[in-house]
Amino acid sequence: MKKIEAIIKPFKLEEVKDALTELGVYGMTVSEVRGFGRQKGHKEAYRGTEYTIEFVPKTKIEVVVVDKLADKVIETIIRTAKTGSIGDGKIFVSNLEEAVRIRTGETGDRAL
Amino acid sequence: MERRKKPGGILAVGAVAFLLWMFAVGGTAAQEAAPPPSAPAAAAPKVDTGDTAWVLTSSALVLAMTMPGLALFYGGLVRNKNVLGTIMHSFVILCLVSVIWVLWGYSLAFGPDVRGVTGSLGWFGLRGVGGEPHPTYGSTIPHQVYMLFQLMFAAITPALVTGAFAERMRFSALLVFTALWSTFIYCPLAHWIWGGGWLAKMGALDFAGGAVVHISSGWAALACALVLGKRKGYGTAYLAPHNLPMTLLGAGLLWFGWFGFNAGSALGANALAASAFLATNTAAAMGALSWMATEWLHRGKPTTLGVASGAIAGLATVTPAAGFVGLLAAILIGLAAGAVCYTAVVWKGRFGYDDSLDVVGIHGVGGAMGIFATGLFASKAINSAGADGLFFGNPGQLVVQVTTIGVSVVFALVGTFIILKLIDWTIGLRVDAEDEERGLDLSQHEERAYS
Repeated sequence: MKKIEAIIKPFKLEEVKDALTELGVYGMTVSEVRGFGRQKGHKEAYRGTEYTIEFVPKTKIEVVVVDKLADKVIETIIRTAKTGSIGDGKIFVSNLEEAVRIRTGETGDRAL
Repeated sequence: MERRKKPGGILAVGAVAFLLWMFAVGGTAAQEAAPPPSAPAAAAPKVDTGDTAWVLTSSALVLAMTMPGLALFYGGLVRNKNVLGTIMHSFVILCLVSVIWVLWGYSLAFGPDVRGVTGSLGWFGLRGVGGEPHPTYGSTIPHQVYMLFQLMFAAITPALVTGAFAERMRFSALLVFTALWSTFIYCPLAHWIWGGGWLAKMGALDFAGGAVVHISSGWAALACALVLGKRKGYGTAYLAPHNLPMTLLGAGLLWFGWFGFNAGSALGANALAASAFLATNTAAAMGALSWMATEWLHRGKPTTLGVASGAIAGLATVTPAAGFVGLLAAILIGLAAGAVCYTAVVWKGRFGYDDSLDVVGIHGVGGAMGIFATGLFASKAINSAGADGLFFGNPGQLVVQVTTIGVSVVFALVGTFIILKLIDWTIGLRVDAEDEERGLDLSQHEERAYS
Protein backbone atom coordinates (compact mmCIF):
# COMPACT_ATOMS: atom_id res chain seq x y z
CA MET A 1 0.00 0.00 0.00
CA LYS A 2 1.17 3.49 -0.76
CA LYS A 3 0.07 6.72 0.80
CA ILE A 4 0.08 9.58 -1.66
CA GLU A 5 -0.13 13.13 -0.37
CA ALA A 6 -0.56 15.87 -2.93
CA ILE A 7 -0.47 19.58 -2.19
CA ILE A 8 -2.31 21.32 -5.01
CA LYS A 9 -3.87 24.62 -6.00
CA PRO A 10 -7.31 24.78 -4.38
CA PHE A 11 -9.19 25.47 -7.60
CA LYS A 12 -7.82 22.23 -9.10
CA LEU A 13 -9.44 20.00 -6.47
CA GLU A 14 -12.60 19.07 -8.40
CA GLU A 15 -10.65 18.14 -11.52
CA VAL A 16 -8.20 15.96 -9.60
CA LYS A 17 -10.96 14.27 -7.62
CA ASP A 18 -12.99 13.44 -10.74
CA ALA A 19 -9.96 11.96 -12.54
CA LEU A 20 -8.96 9.85 -9.52
CA THR A 21 -12.48 8.54 -9.03
CA GLU A 22 -12.53 7.50 -12.68
CA LEU A 23 -9.26 5.66 -12.09
CA GLY A 24 -10.82 3.58 -9.33
CA VAL A 25 -9.72 5.43 -6.23
CA TYR A 26 -12.62 4.98 -3.82
CA GLY A 27 -11.78 7.42 -1.09
CA MET A 28 -9.68 10.38 -0.21
CA THR A 29 -9.13 12.89 2.57
CA VAL A 30 -8.95 16.57 1.73
CA SER A 31 -7.79 19.45 3.94
CA GLU A 32 -7.32 23.15 3.51
CA VAL A 33 -3.74 23.95 4.39
CA ARG A 34 -1.33 26.89 4.24
CA GLY A 35 2.32 26.82 3.37
CA PHE A 36 5.02 28.02 1.09
CA GLY A 37 7.48 26.61 -1.42
CA ARG A 38 8.97 28.46 -4.33
CA GLN A 39 5.79 30.44 -4.90
CA LYS A 40 5.97 33.75 -3.11
CA GLY A 41 3.02 34.94 -1.05
CA HIS A 42 0.97 37.97 -1.94
CA LYS A 43 0.72 41.56 -0.75
CA GLU A 44 -2.26 43.21 0.87
CA ALA A 45 -2.65 46.88 1.73
CA TYR A 46 -5.21 48.58 3.95
CA ARG A 47 -5.13 52.38 3.93
CA GLY A 48 -1.51 52.23 2.87
CA THR A 49 -0.39 49.71 5.51
CA GLU A 50 1.15 46.77 3.63
CA TYR A 51 1.18 43.15 4.74
CA THR A 52 3.06 40.37 3.00
CA ILE A 53 1.23 37.08 3.26
CA GLU A 54 3.91 34.39 3.18
CA PHE A 55 1.77 31.30 3.66
CA VAL A 56 -0.32 30.57 0.61
CA PRO A 57 -3.62 28.69 0.90
CA LYS A 58 -3.37 25.20 -0.65
CA THR A 59 -5.40 22.02 -0.69
CA LYS A 60 -3.92 18.75 0.53
CA ILE A 61 -5.26 15.44 -0.83
CA GLU A 62 -4.40 12.18 0.87
CA VAL A 63 -5.13 8.88 -0.85
CA VAL A 64 -4.04 5.37 0.06
CA VAL A 65 -3.94 2.87 -2.83
CA VAL A 66 -2.67 -0.62 -3.62
CA ASP A 67 0.93 -0.62 -4.84
CA LYS A 68 0.17 -1.28 -8.48
CA LEU A 69 -2.17 1.72 -8.74
CA ALA A 70 0.31 4.20 -7.28
CA ASP A 71 2.09 5.21 -10.48
CA LYS A 72 -1.19 5.79 -12.28
CA VAL A 73 -2.50 7.91 -9.42
CA ILE A 74 0.65 10.03 -9.40
CA GLU A 75 0.53 10.47 -13.13
CA THR A 76 -3.16 11.43 -13.00
CA ILE A 77 -2.58 14.02 -10.29
CA ILE A 78 0.26 15.54 -12.26
CA ARG A 79 -1.88 15.67 -15.41
CA THR A 80 -4.92 17.28 -13.76
CA ALA A 81 -3.29 19.58 -11.18
CA LYS A 82 -0.68 21.07 -13.47
CA THR A 83 -1.00 24.64 -14.71
CA GLY A 84 2.68 25.07 -15.58
CA SER A 85 3.28 28.03 -13.30
CA ILE A 86 5.07 28.17 -9.96
CA GLY A 87 2.84 27.07 -7.11
CA ASP A 88 1.32 23.96 -8.70
CA GLY A 89 2.36 22.00 -5.63
CA LYS A 90 4.07 18.73 -4.74
CA ILE A 91 3.35 15.03 -4.37
CA PHE A 92 4.78 12.96 -1.53
CA VAL A 93 4.68 9.14 -1.66
CA SER A 94 5.34 6.79 1.25
CA ASN A 95 4.98 3.11 2.07
CA LEU A 96 2.08 2.38 4.35
CA GLU A 97 2.24 -0.36 6.91
CA GLU A 98 -1.35 -1.08 7.66
CA ALA A 99 -4.92 -0.02 6.99
CA VAL A 100 -8.06 -1.10 8.88
CA ARG A 101 -11.70 -0.62 8.00
CA ILE A 102 -13.29 0.18 11.32
CA ARG A 103 -16.74 -1.19 10.52
CA THR A 104 -15.65 -4.72 9.55
CA GLY A 105 -12.16 -5.05 10.89
CA GLU A 106 -10.80 -5.85 7.39
CA THR A 107 -7.13 -5.05 6.99
CA GLY A 108 -4.54 -4.40 4.27
CA ASP A 109 -5.63 -4.01 0.63
CA ARG A 110 -9.13 -5.28 1.50
CA ALA A 111 -9.61 -2.29 3.76
CA LEU A 112 -9.12 0.14 0.90
CA MET B 1 -10.97 37.85 38.11
CA GLU B 2 -12.00 39.39 41.44
CA ARG B 3 -9.69 42.29 40.85
CA ARG B 4 -11.18 42.98 37.43
CA LYS B 5 -14.73 42.95 38.67
CA LYS B 6 -14.16 45.61 41.29
CA PRO B 7 -14.08 48.77 39.16
CA GLY B 8 -17.40 47.86 37.55
CA GLY B 9 -19.14 47.61 40.91
CA ILE B 10 -17.63 50.81 42.26
CA LEU B 11 -18.55 52.45 38.98
CA ALA B 12 -22.20 51.54 39.29
CA VAL B 13 -22.49 52.69 42.90
CA GLY B 14 -20.61 55.90 42.11
CA ALA B 15 -22.82 56.63 39.13
CA VAL B 16 -26.02 56.25 41.14
CA ALA B 17 -24.71 58.45 43.96
CA PHE B 18 -23.61 61.08 41.48
CA LEU B 19 -26.99 61.05 39.78
CA LEU B 20 -28.86 61.55 43.02
CA TRP B 21 -26.56 64.42 43.92
CA MET B 22 -27.02 65.99 40.50
CA PHE B 23 -30.79 65.79 40.79
CA ALA B 24 -30.63 67.53 44.15
CA VAL B 25 -28.29 70.27 42.93
CA GLY B 26 -29.98 70.66 39.57
CA GLY B 27 -33.40 70.84 41.15
CA THR B 28 -32.48 73.67 43.51
CA ALA B 29 -30.49 75.51 40.86
CA ALA B 30 -33.41 75.45 38.51
CA GLN B 31 -35.80 76.73 41.17
CA GLU B 32 -33.50 79.55 42.13
CA ALA B 33 -32.67 80.51 38.56
CA ALA B 34 -34.43 83.52 37.17
CA PRO B 35 -37.13 82.70 34.63
CA PRO B 36 -35.66 82.40 31.12
CA PRO B 37 -35.51 85.74 29.31
CA SER B 38 -38.94 86.06 27.78
CA ALA B 39 -38.74 86.16 24.01
CA PRO B 40 -40.15 89.28 22.40
CA ALA B 41 -43.86 88.74 22.27
CA ALA B 42 -43.97 90.10 18.72
CA ALA B 43 -42.89 87.04 16.76
CA ALA B 44 -44.26 84.20 18.86
CA PRO B 45 -42.60 81.07 17.44
CA LYS B 46 -45.01 78.61 15.93
CA VAL B 47 -44.48 74.88 15.33
CA ASP B 48 -44.37 73.87 11.67
CA THR B 49 -45.39 70.26 11.06
CA GLY B 50 -43.16 69.77 7.99
CA ASP B 51 -40.09 71.11 9.76
CA THR B 52 -40.83 69.03 12.83
CA ALA B 53 -41.29 65.86 10.79
CA TRP B 54 -38.00 66.42 8.98
CA VAL B 55 -35.94 67.10 12.10
CA LEU B 56 -37.45 64.10 13.91
CA THR B 57 -36.64 61.95 10.89
CA SER B 58 -33.15 63.39 10.76
CA SER B 59 -32.63 62.54 14.43
CA ALA B 60 -33.42 58.91 13.65
CA LEU B 61 -31.07 59.03 10.65
CA VAL B 62 -28.23 60.28 12.82
CA LEU B 63 -28.95 57.54 15.36
CA ALA B 64 -28.45 55.00 12.56
CA MET B 65 -25.02 56.51 11.93
CA THR B 66 -23.82 55.41 15.37
CA MET B 67 -25.67 52.14 15.62
CA PRO B 68 -25.35 50.27 13.34
CA GLY B 69 -23.42 52.52 10.92
CA LEU B 70 -20.25 53.37 12.82
CA ALA B 71 -20.40 50.13 14.82
CA LEU B 72 -20.18 48.07 11.64
CA PHE B 73 -17.69 50.42 9.97
CA TYR B 74 -15.31 50.04 12.90
CA GLY B 75 -16.30 46.42 13.62
CA GLY B 76 -15.14 45.24 10.21
CA LEU B 77 -11.80 47.01 10.54
CA VAL B 78 -10.64 45.14 13.63
CA ARG B 79 -9.56 41.50 14.00
CA ASN B 80 -12.29 38.91 14.52
CA LYS B 81 -11.44 38.52 18.23
CA ASN B 82 -12.32 42.19 18.86
CA VAL B 83 -15.40 42.73 16.70
CA LEU B 84 -17.96 42.48 19.51
CA GLY B 85 -15.90 44.69 21.80
CA THR B 86 -15.70 47.28 19.05
CA ILE B 87 -19.41 47.20 18.20
CA MET B 88 -20.13 47.36 21.93
CA HIS B 89 -18.23 50.66 22.18
CA SER B 90 -20.62 52.43 19.80
CA PHE B 91 -23.69 50.69 21.21
CA VAL B 92 -23.05 51.44 24.86
CA ILE B 93 -21.92 55.02 24.15
CA LEU B 94 -25.22 55.63 22.40
CA CYS B 95 -27.03 54.35 25.51
CA LEU B 96 -24.89 56.21 28.03
CA VAL B 97 -24.94 59.57 26.23
CA SER B 98 -28.70 59.28 25.67
CA VAL B 99 -29.11 59.36 29.45
CA ILE B 100 -26.37 61.91 30.20
CA TRP B 101 -27.76 64.26 27.59
CA VAL B 102 -31.32 64.43 28.93
CA LEU B 103 -30.11 64.74 32.52
CA TRP B 104 -27.37 67.38 32.36
CA GLY B 105 -25.62 67.29 28.96
CA TYR B 106 -28.16 69.30 27.01
CA SER B 107 -28.35 71.89 29.76
CA LEU B 108 -24.55 72.32 29.89
CA ALA B 109 -24.32 72.64 26.11
CA PHE B 110 -27.43 74.63 25.24
CA GLY B 111 -28.80 75.88 28.53
CA PRO B 112 -28.75 79.53 29.65
CA ASP B 113 -25.29 80.94 28.89
CA VAL B 114 -22.87 81.57 31.76
CA ARG B 115 -20.23 84.09 30.64
CA GLY B 116 -19.86 82.47 27.23
CA VAL B 117 -18.11 79.48 28.80
CA THR B 118 -20.85 76.98 29.59
CA GLY B 119 -24.56 76.47 29.79
CA SER B 120 -26.00 76.49 33.30
CA LEU B 121 -27.63 73.50 34.94
CA GLY B 122 -30.95 75.38 34.79
CA TRP B 123 -32.32 72.88 32.27
CA PHE B 124 -31.21 69.84 34.27
CA GLY B 125 -33.49 66.89 33.53
CA LEU B 126 -34.99 68.92 30.66
CA ARG B 127 -36.74 71.41 32.98
CA GLY B 128 -38.38 73.91 30.71
CA VAL B 129 -37.43 72.03 27.54
CA GLY B 130 -40.83 71.12 26.19
CA GLY B 131 -43.11 71.39 23.20
CA GLU B 132 -42.78 75.14 22.71
CA PRO B 133 -40.14 76.18 20.17
CA HIS B 134 -37.03 77.95 21.47
CA PRO B 135 -36.51 81.30 19.71
CA THR B 136 -32.97 80.48 18.48
CA TYR B 137 -32.82 76.68 18.55
CA GLY B 138 -35.12 76.06 15.59
CA SER B 139 -37.99 78.48 15.90
CA THR B 140 -40.45 76.26 14.02
CA ILE B 141 -39.91 72.97 15.84
CA PRO B 142 -40.65 71.96 19.42
CA HIS B 143 -37.67 72.61 21.69
CA GLN B 144 -37.62 68.92 22.60
CA VAL B 145 -37.14 67.98 18.96
CA TYR B 146 -34.07 70.20 18.76
CA MET B 147 -32.78 68.61 21.96
CA LEU B 148 -33.26 65.10 20.53
CA PHE B 149 -31.54 66.01 17.27
CA GLN B 150 -28.60 67.34 19.27
CA LEU B 151 -28.59 64.21 21.43
CA MET B 152 -27.71 62.10 18.40
CA PHE B 153 -24.71 64.35 17.67
CA ALA B 154 -23.56 64.11 21.27
CA ALA B 155 -23.80 60.32 21.04
CA ILE B 156 -21.86 59.77 17.83
CA THR B 157 -18.95 62.04 18.76
CA PRO B 158 -17.41 59.93 21.55
CA ALA B 159 -18.23 56.83 19.48
CA LEU B 160 -16.00 58.22 16.73
CA VAL B 161 -13.13 58.51 19.22
CA THR B 162 -13.24 54.76 19.94
CA GLY B 163 -11.47 54.03 16.65
CA ALA B 164 -8.25 55.35 18.18
CA PHE B 165 -8.15 52.89 21.08
CA ALA B 166 -9.69 49.92 19.30
CA GLU B 167 -8.62 46.43 20.36
CA ARG B 168 -7.06 47.42 23.71
CA MET B 169 -9.39 49.53 25.92
CA ARG B 170 -10.88 48.19 29.14
CA PHE B 171 -14.65 48.26 29.04
CA SER B 172 -15.05 49.89 32.47
CA ALA B 173 -12.54 52.58 31.44
CA LEU B 174 -14.57 53.24 28.30
CA LEU B 175 -17.70 53.92 30.34
CA VAL B 176 -15.93 56.39 32.63
CA PHE B 177 -14.20 58.00 29.68
CA THR B 178 -17.49 58.50 27.86
CA ALA B 179 -19.19 60.11 30.85
CA LEU B 180 -16.28 62.47 31.53
CA TRP B 181 -15.56 63.28 27.91
CA SER B 182 -19.19 64.06 27.08
CA THR B 183 -19.54 66.27 30.12
CA PHE B 184 -16.23 68.11 30.06
CA ILE B 185 -15.20 68.17 26.38
CA TYR B 186 -18.26 67.79 24.17
CA CYS B 187 -20.70 69.92 26.16
CA PRO B 188 -18.44 72.98 26.56
CA LEU B 189 -17.32 72.89 22.92
CA ALA B 190 -20.90 72.52 21.71
CA HIS B 191 -21.82 75.46 23.95
CA TRP B 192 -19.02 77.67 22.65
CA ILE B 193 -19.99 77.15 19.01
CA TRP B 194 -23.70 76.30 18.96
CA GLY B 195 -25.05 77.24 22.38
CA GLY B 196 -24.33 80.96 22.25
CA GLY B 197 -20.86 80.70 23.78
CA TRP B 198 -17.80 82.81 23.07
CA LEU B 199 -16.88 81.33 19.68
CA ALA B 200 -20.47 81.75 18.51
CA LYS B 201 -20.35 85.40 19.63
CA MET B 202 -17.17 85.77 17.56
CA GLY B 203 -19.10 84.55 14.51
CA ALA B 204 -17.68 81.03 14.10
CA LEU B 205 -19.42 79.08 11.34
CA ASP B 206 -19.91 75.35 11.88
CA PHE B 207 -23.07 74.17 10.15
CA ALA B 208 -23.30 70.57 11.33
CA GLY B 209 -20.27 69.91 13.49
CA GLY B 210 -16.91 70.14 11.74
CA ALA B 211 -15.42 71.43 14.98
CA VAL B 212 -17.97 70.25 17.55
CA VAL B 213 -18.03 66.68 16.23
CA HIS B 214 -15.10 65.99 13.92
CA ILE B 215 -12.26 68.14 15.27
CA SER B 216 -13.22 67.24 18.83
CA SER B 217 -13.33 63.49 18.19
CA GLY B 218 -10.38 63.49 15.80
CA TRP B 219 -7.95 65.32 18.07
CA ALA B 220 -9.23 63.54 21.16
CA ALA B 221 -8.31 60.41 19.23
CA LEU B 222 -4.72 61.58 18.93
CA ALA B 223 -4.53 61.96 22.71
CA CYS B 224 -5.96 58.45 23.07
CA ALA B 225 -3.43 56.94 20.66
CA LEU B 226 -0.59 58.67 22.49
CA VAL B 227 -1.69 57.80 26.03
CA LEU B 228 -2.73 54.20 25.39
CA GLY B 229 0.22 53.33 23.21
CA LYS B 230 0.41 50.92 20.32
CA ARG B 231 -1.45 47.67 20.01
CA LYS B 232 0.55 44.54 20.69
CA GLY B 233 2.15 43.51 17.41
CA TYR B 234 1.76 46.92 15.75
CA GLY B 235 4.12 47.06 12.80
CA THR B 236 4.93 43.35 12.91
CA ALA B 237 1.80 41.20 13.30
CA TYR B 238 -1.05 40.89 10.82
CA LEU B 239 -3.58 43.47 12.02
CA ALA B 240 -5.64 43.68 8.83
CA PRO B 241 -9.42 44.26 8.85
CA HIS B 242 -11.28 40.99 9.45
CA ASN B 243 -14.41 41.78 7.43
CA LEU B 244 -14.37 44.53 4.81
CA PRO B 245 -17.93 43.88 3.56
CA MET B 246 -19.07 44.73 7.12
CA THR B 247 -17.05 47.95 6.95
CA LEU B 248 -18.51 48.84 3.56
CA LEU B 249 -22.03 48.21 4.86
CA GLY B 250 -21.24 50.54 7.75
CA ALA B 251 -19.88 53.17 5.37
CA GLY B 252 -23.11 53.03 3.36
CA LEU B 253 -25.18 53.50 6.51
CA LEU B 254 -22.99 56.41 7.58
CA TRP B 255 -23.48 58.15 4.24
CA PHE B 256 -27.23 57.50 4.45
CA GLY B 257 -27.44 58.85 7.98
CA TRP B 258 -25.29 61.85 7.13
CA PHE B 259 -28.22 63.36 5.21
CA GLY B 260 -29.93 63.68 8.59
CA PHE B 261 -26.75 65.07 10.10
CA ASN B 262 -26.17 67.79 7.52
CA ALA B 263 -29.50 68.42 5.79
CA GLY B 264 -31.23 68.01 9.15
CA SER B 265 -29.07 70.82 10.53
CA ALA B 266 -31.13 73.23 8.43
CA LEU B 267 -33.71 72.56 11.18
CA GLY B 268 -36.48 72.71 8.62
CA ALA B 269 -37.86 71.03 5.50
CA ASN B 270 -36.75 73.80 3.21
CA ALA B 271 -34.41 74.98 0.44
CA LEU B 272 -31.46 75.21 2.83
CA ALA B 273 -31.90 71.53 3.71
CA ALA B 274 -31.89 70.69 0.00
CA SER B 275 -28.75 72.75 -0.54
CA ALA B 276 -26.99 71.02 2.38
CA PHE B 277 -28.16 67.64 1.10
CA LEU B 278 -26.67 68.42 -2.32
CA ALA B 279 -23.35 69.60 -0.90
CA THR B 280 -23.19 66.51 1.33
CA ASN B 281 -23.78 63.98 -1.41
CA THR B 282 -21.45 65.73 -3.85
CA ALA B 283 -18.57 66.01 -1.38
CA ALA B 284 -18.99 62.36 -0.32
CA ALA B 285 -18.82 61.19 -3.92
CA MET B 286 -15.89 63.45 -4.79
CA GLY B 287 -14.08 62.41 -1.60
CA ALA B 288 -14.42 58.74 -2.55
CA LEU B 289 -13.20 59.31 -6.11
CA SER B 290 -10.37 61.53 -4.95
CA TRP B 291 -9.12 59.02 -2.34
CA MET B 292 -9.41 56.24 -4.91
CA ALA B 293 -7.41 58.17 -7.51
CA THR B 294 -4.73 59.22 -5.02
CA GLU B 295 -4.28 55.67 -3.77
CA TRP B 296 -4.26 54.31 -7.32
CA LEU B 297 -1.49 56.72 -8.28
CA HIS B 298 0.44 56.20 -5.07
CA ARG B 299 0.18 52.44 -4.60
CA GLY B 300 -0.97 51.09 -7.93
CA LYS B 301 -4.41 49.72 -6.94
CA PRO B 302 -7.78 51.28 -6.16
CA THR B 303 -9.25 49.65 -3.00
CA THR B 304 -12.77 49.22 -1.67
CA LEU B 305 -11.63 50.40 1.77
CA GLY B 306 -10.16 53.44 0.02
CA VAL B 307 -13.45 54.35 -1.65
CA ALA B 308 -15.29 53.93 1.66
CA SER B 309 -12.70 55.95 3.60
CA GLY B 310 -12.74 58.69 0.97
CA ALA B 311 -16.51 58.98 1.16
CA ILE B 312 -16.33 59.34 4.96
CA ALA B 313 -13.51 61.89 4.60
CA GLY B 314 -15.62 63.89 2.13
CA LEU B 315 -18.61 63.75 4.47
CA ALA B 316 -16.61 64.78 7.55
CA THR B 317 -14.99 67.65 5.66
CA VAL B 318 -18.17 69.06 4.15
CA THR B 319 -20.03 68.86 7.47
CA PRO B 320 -19.23 72.40 8.74
CA ALA B 321 -19.70 73.87 5.25
CA ALA B 322 -22.78 71.97 4.05
CA GLY B 323 -25.31 74.72 4.76
CA PHE B 324 -23.11 77.67 3.78
CA VAL B 325 -21.54 76.74 0.43
CA GLY B 326 -22.58 76.10 -3.16
CA LEU B 327 -22.02 73.22 -5.54
CA LEU B 328 -18.57 74.16 -6.84
CA ALA B 329 -17.27 74.51 -3.30
CA ALA B 330 -18.70 71.10 -2.41
CA ILE B 331 -16.83 69.55 -5.35
CA LEU B 332 -13.56 71.19 -4.33
CA ILE B 333 -14.04 70.25 -0.67
CA GLY B 334 -14.59 66.60 -1.60
CA LEU B 335 -11.58 66.63 -3.91
CA ALA B 336 -9.31 68.05 -1.21
CA ALA B 337 -10.76 65.74 1.46
CA GLY B 338 -9.94 62.51 -0.39
CA ALA B 339 -6.37 63.46 -1.31
CA VAL B 340 -5.40 65.20 1.95
CA CYS B 341 -6.97 62.64 4.31
CA TYR B 342 -5.36 59.78 2.36
CA THR B 343 -1.99 61.48 2.75
CA ALA B 344 -2.60 62.09 6.45
CA VAL B 345 -3.49 58.44 7.01
CA VAL B 346 -0.44 57.16 5.12
CA TRP B 347 1.83 59.57 7.00
CA LYS B 348 0.59 58.25 10.33
CA GLY B 349 3.23 55.52 10.04
CA ARG B 350 6.00 58.10 10.06
CA PHE B 351 4.86 59.61 13.35
CA GLY B 352 4.68 56.18 14.94
CA TYR B 353 1.42 56.48 16.94
CA ASP B 354 -1.19 53.76 16.57
CA ASP B 355 -4.44 55.57 15.77
CA SER B 356 -5.86 52.17 14.96
CA LEU B 357 -8.83 53.06 12.78
CA ASP B 358 -7.57 56.46 11.54
CA VAL B 359 -9.80 58.84 13.44
CA VAL B 360 -7.14 61.57 13.39
CA GLY B 361 -6.40 61.32 9.67
CA ILE B 362 -10.04 61.30 8.62
CA HIS B 363 -12.07 63.17 11.25
CA GLY B 364 -9.38 65.35 12.80
CA VAL B 365 -7.84 66.47 9.55
CA GLY B 366 -11.13 66.45 7.60
CA GLY B 367 -12.97 68.46 10.27
CA ALA B 368 -10.23 71.10 10.46
CA MET B 369 -10.04 71.32 6.69
CA GLY B 370 -13.83 71.74 6.54
CA ILE B 371 -13.90 74.59 9.06
CA PHE B 372 -11.13 76.26 7.05
CA ALA B 373 -12.94 75.72 3.75
CA THR B 374 -16.07 77.27 5.27
CA GLY B 375 -14.02 80.42 5.86
CA LEU B 376 -13.16 80.42 2.16
CA PHE B 377 -16.39 79.42 0.43
CA ALA B 378 -19.24 80.51 2.74
CA SER B 379 -21.76 82.73 0.99
CA LYS B 380 -24.75 84.68 2.23
CA ALA B 381 -26.38 83.93 -1.10
CA ILE B 382 -26.62 80.28 0.02
CA ASN B 383 -27.53 80.98 3.64
CA SER B 384 -28.50 84.49 4.66
CA ALA B 385 -28.10 83.55 8.33
CA GLY B 386 -24.44 82.71 7.74
CA ALA B 387 -21.63 84.95 6.57
CA ASP B 388 -19.46 85.52 3.52
CA GLY B 389 -16.07 83.84 3.36
CA LEU B 390 -12.75 85.01 1.93
CA PHE B 391 -13.74 84.37 -1.69
CA PHE B 392 -16.85 86.48 -1.20
CA GLY B 393 -14.91 89.43 0.11
CA ASN B 394 -14.76 88.76 3.85
CA PRO B 395 -11.24 87.73 4.93
CA GLY B 396 -12.21 88.32 8.57
CA GLN B 397 -14.32 85.17 8.51
CA LEU B 398 -11.26 83.10 7.71
CA VAL B 399 -9.52 84.48 10.80
CA VAL B 400 -12.51 83.48 12.92
CA GLN B 401 -12.49 80.01 11.37
CA VAL B 402 -8.77 79.50 11.97
CA THR B 403 -9.24 80.59 15.59
CA THR B 404 -12.05 78.06 15.92
CA ILE B 405 -9.78 75.32 14.58
CA GLY B 406 -6.96 76.23 16.98
CA VAL B 407 -9.22 76.46 20.02
CA SER B 408 -11.04 73.19 19.25
CA VAL B 409 -7.86 71.23 18.50
CA VAL B 410 -6.06 72.37 21.63
CA PHE B 411 -9.11 71.98 23.88
CA ALA B 412 -9.86 68.45 22.61
CA LEU B 413 -6.23 67.35 22.72
CA VAL B 414 -5.35 68.72 26.16
CA GLY B 415 -8.72 68.02 27.78
CA THR B 416 -8.80 64.44 26.58
CA PHE B 417 -5.20 63.92 27.68
CA ILE B 418 -6.08 64.97 31.23
CA ILE B 419 -9.18 62.76 31.36
CA LEU B 420 -7.22 59.75 30.10
CA LYS B 421 -4.43 60.24 32.63
CA LEU B 422 -6.95 60.49 35.47
CA ILE B 423 -8.58 57.21 34.41
CA ASP B 424 -5.21 55.55 33.92
CA TRP B 425 -4.10 56.50 37.44
CA THR B 426 -7.33 55.28 39.03
CA ILE B 427 -8.93 52.26 37.36
CA GLY B 428 -6.51 51.75 34.44
CA LEU B 429 -7.16 52.32 30.74
CA ARG B 430 -5.73 49.37 28.97
CA VAL B 431 -6.41 45.65 29.16
CA ASP B 432 -3.41 43.58 30.27
CA ALA B 433 -1.24 41.85 27.69
CA GLU B 434 -2.88 38.47 28.11
CA ASP B 435 -6.39 39.87 27.69
CA GLU B 436 -5.29 41.83 24.65
CA GLU B 437 -3.94 38.62 23.14
CA ARG B 438 -7.23 36.79 23.80
CA GLY B 439 -9.19 39.67 22.36
CA LEU B 440 -11.78 42.02 23.83
CA ASP B 441 -14.70 39.74 22.93
CA LEU B 442 -13.59 36.99 25.29
CA SER B 443 -11.68 39.02 27.87
CA GLN B 444 -14.19 41.85 28.34
CA HIS B 445 -17.47 40.20 27.45
CA GLU B 446 -16.97 36.41 27.55
CA GLU B 447 -18.51 36.08 24.12
CA ARG B 448 -17.36 35.20 20.63
CA ALA B 449 -18.68 36.71 17.43
CA TYR B 450 -18.04 33.70 15.27
CA SER B 451 -18.35 30.39 17.05
